[in-house]
Amino acid sequence: MAPSEGALLEARDLHARYGEIEAIRGVDLTVARGSIVALLGANGAGKTSTLRALTGTIKTTGTVVFAGRTLQRRTPEDAARIGIGHVPEGRGTLSSLSVWENLMLGAYCVSKRASVRARCDRVIGYFPWLAERKHQPAGTLSGGEQQMLAIARALMLEPQLLLLDEPSLGLGPKIVRDIFALLRTINQQDGVSILVAEQNATVALAVADHAYVLETGRVAVSGPSSELAGNDRVRRSYLGY
Amino acid sequence: MRSNGPRLAAIALAIVVIAVLPAIAPSFIVFDFIFVAAYAIAILGLIVLTGMNGQISLGHGAFMALGGYVAAVLAHNAGWPYWIGVPLAAVASGAFGILIGLIALRLAGVYLALATFSLAVATPSFLKHFKSVTGGFGGLSLDTVKAPGWFPLDAQNWLYYVAWAVTGVVFLLSALLVQGKFGRALRALRDNPIAAVSFGVNPYYYKTLAFGWSAVLAGIGGAFLAMATAYVSPDTFTFALSITLLIGAVLGGILTFWGALVGAIVVEFLPFVAQKINAGAPGVVYGVALILMMLFVPDGIVGGLQRLVRGLIGQPQLQPALEPTVPPAASIAVDQPSRE
Repeated sequence: MAPSEGALLEARDLHARYGEIEAIRGVDLTVARGSIVALLGANGAGKTSTLRALTGTIKTTGTVVFAGRTLQRRTPEDAARIGIGHVPEGRGTLSSLSVWENLMLGAYCVSKRASVRARCDRVIGYFPWLAERKHQPAGTLSGGEQQMLAIARALMLEPQLLLLDEPSLGLGPKIVRDIFALLRTINQQDGVSILVAEQNATVALAVADHAYVLETGRVAVSGPSSELAGNDRVRRSYLGY
Repeated sequence: MRSNGPRLAAIALAIVVIAVLPAIAPSFIVFDFIFVAAYAIAILGLIVLTGMNGQISLGHGAFMALGGYVAAVLAHNAGWPYWIGVPLAAVASGAFGILIGLIALRLAGVYLALATFSLAVATPSFLKHFKSVTGGFGGLSLDTVKAPGWFPLDAQNWLYYVAWAVTGVVFLLSALLVQGKFGRALRALRDNPIAAVSFGVNPYYYKTLAFGWSAVLAGIGGAFLAMATAYVSPDTFTFALSITLLIGAVLGGILTFWGALVGAIVVEFLPFVAQKINAGAPGVVYGVALILMMLFVPDGIVGGLQRLVRGLIGQPQLQPALEPTVPPAASIAVDQPSRE
């Protein structure tokens, strides 16, 4: 299949299984360059598996085209090297490492010192408190701060695409809104495309341009966020009103 | 950066104490401190592997055995000098460590602990089996390590200084290895492998290399153990030695290199102290001491000391988090474990 015009990431017929359980069963999705795409669905719908399939964290079949290149043998390392930042489920905080060390690890694939410094300044522009807390063990940060650190850390890679796995997990409503507002800002100012898996459909649809709703490992509905937010079925199943 | 002052002062103090010890301490203490050096090197290996990288080994005695026997066999059967034997012991042990490290990639947590434990259990029988090389039950007696003729040191002091010089070098090399990018990647794999991999860290490379370097250190420690006793036998390298190393690492402080030094002193002298307190049941005293230390200084003696010093000099504690953590209601709503 020829890649669509303006697509940064295009996945076709992704399958992944954990032993007997087939977690995703033929997912197709596209992230347009510069857009925010939401991946919605209940627990077990396949959101995390889809993100992991894209980065090769789990074994999968199907094709993934990123920035015009077909990714044949997908590994998380390659994903990082070609510019896919992944904020894993549960934030992936390196608890005993300092905030600064967490950031430096985000830039693991960036070899030039000058670029690392520039990235660091850029990221601290979004999260000024990181600078004051750089020596603090990351595990002593609050949940919301850890989520922001995880985003900052993924940005250190200077990614073209940022994958976020349920950034609202375990956070209060205000912090969740702050985080999504920040994602919008980062998307606009840095031109980073974002694919965010989220259970909180309301807040995700509010910032996303496009959304996919997963159900038992398949895309059940997809379309522009505004359309989905108005879709009765989506509203009943995922928004709860 | 935080001030390095206290750390440098501590290093300088340690070097001075080690340098003047033979001049001020009785001969048997100096002899014991050769063992302390051997243990410190081996425990450092465990700290790099388990403390920094999170791979648990209950079998490091096996790497010490390999290092000890390589040095001993080369000296005893081939008459090679130790300055060749010890590096070869390090190389052999490191190669074996990489092999075990490759196997360890498929095992985690308690499974790795058990697999390495079986290595420790098998070692004595293995040594007894290959009699022609290892001397079987009886082991191998070695010549005392002597200073070159022109050097004004007796045999014991010579070995003491050589052992501690090597200790200094391997501590320095290990410090260089784990600082910066390499060390961050090692510790990231320990804290959160999935996140580490998502930054592009190759887990196979780091974990195997950590195992290899750890085994190099254990091998060098084993070689010095052999030279200090001037004798190797299967009974020197029982599984109890592997456990002793882990005890030393945990008691000393498994997250810092100082833990290796302190842990080595503890495992060398605690049995004597226990014997003095109650000659009838030293094992009980030893065990109680271990339990008490784990209760009161769970982060090891060095961790406890660091907290004490920080308290005394009034270094500010960590700032509290900006916001209170997760409101309970929100966490209940979304915290169900998902297997996506």
